[in-house]
Amino acid sequence: MANPQYVSEKQFNPRNIWSGFLFGVGIVTFLDEAIFHQLLHWHHFYDKSTTSIGLVSDGFFHALSWFTTVGGLFLLADLRRQESLKWKTWLGGVLLGAGLFQFYDGTIQHKLMMVHQIRYNVDVLPYDVVWNLTAIIMIAIGYYLILKSKNTKPLRESEGV
Amino acid sequence: MLLHFNYGELFLLVISGMGILVYLVCIAISNPYYKKWPISRMILWILGVLLAVSAVVGPIAARAHHDFVFHMIGHLLLGMLAPLLLVLSAPMTLLLRTLSTSHARRLTTILRSKPVQFVTNPLTASVLNIGGLWLLYTTNLYKMMHHYLTLHVLIHIHVFLVGYLFTVSMIYIDPMPHRKSYFYRAIVFVLALTGHGILSKYIYAFPPTGVAQTQAEQGGILMYYGGDAVDLILIIIFCSQWYRACRPKNVVLSS
Repeated sequence: MANPQYVSEKQFNPRNIWSGFLFGVGIVTFLDEAIFHQLLHWHHFYDKSTTSIGLVSDGFFHALSWFTTVGGLFLLADLRRQESLKWKTWLGGVLLGAGLFQFYDGTIQHKLMMVHQIRYNVDVLPYDVVWNLTAIIMIAIGYYLILKSKNTKPLRESEGV
Repeated sequence: MLLHFNYGELFLLVISGMGILVYLVCIAISNPYYKKWPISRMILWILGVLLAVSAVVGPIAARAHHDFVFHMIGHLLLGMLAPLLLVLSAPMTLLLRTLSTSHARRLTTILRSKPVQFVTNPLTASVLNIGGLWLLYTTNLYKMMHHYLTLHVLIHIHVFLVGYLFTVSMIYIDPMPHRKSYFYRAIVFVLALTGHGILSKYIYAFPPTGVAQTQAEQGGILMYYGGDAVDLILIIIFCSQWYRACRPKNVVLSS
């Protein structure tokens, strides 16, 4: 049965992507903090070679991601509430957000702004390569998932799907 | 035990005791006329007052004079956690339902006034809050604070008040005449959190005058993660309010 609330299928596609994207940026920063700062102690809280623009960028993305981890999940709940969630598109958004931020972190923040390095007292090149390659793979899969799920319909319990 | 307190500390204890008492009396007066005031809010108020006073009287305050880490614990309690609990206990709502209609009207007139509108704007509250902290830790103010008692008292009052102001400008629990959009508040909140995080790292690298390097490092890390912890609660409350506010109005509930 056609429900008048669901006329615009298309407007939910970007919302699925954005919800995932924001959560992706948030969760990758959170994992970075948990794994590389707290568990492995590879990253430094503050590297004395950090440029001041690096400090600002680091501070901004830390704050933003802290907010978007929570906000992205509430957007996900909102999509479910409106029965407009498309898991594949959402997951694509997560990977795209996570990949893009990790790439920004690995190139501009680590290298250009010298926020901190992945690990100290070792040859950092292999770490950098793996870091940024993972980022690019995430971006590619995320983009692929979004494209592939573009014309699919959201799962709706009320329609007995 | 009481003999160890000086007059200033006794005064603070009396003030906070009265704060709790007034809240309880307001509940007792208004409960017969309105819905029963939630116990949870009462607990939040009492906890909030106790946390705030524990930052300025007692062992934390005593050690804060020469240990920067304890100074920072005190500030997290006084400027972030205590204000959050107090805001959640909805004191203004309680006060408004306790006062007589004419007095309550006068109070709402004050709440609607231009100056109150100005300071409860999230941007003003953030600048007063985070800007004040930058002034305190990046100038000589921190060192001077330990030499002049009046300055010490004023700074702590400021930290508490702007902490409350910041919280009340972000999450609306009590009536708020000048509401700002969720999006605007979210942007300002992220910027304020940015300023807080950068300052924490700045303190880590450049200790305030008179603070040892190791203490500044520990204090900076505590400020960073402690601030994150309290702000996480704030973010979750903020987002859930946003989530509830934009629920679809035309949904038909199936049985």
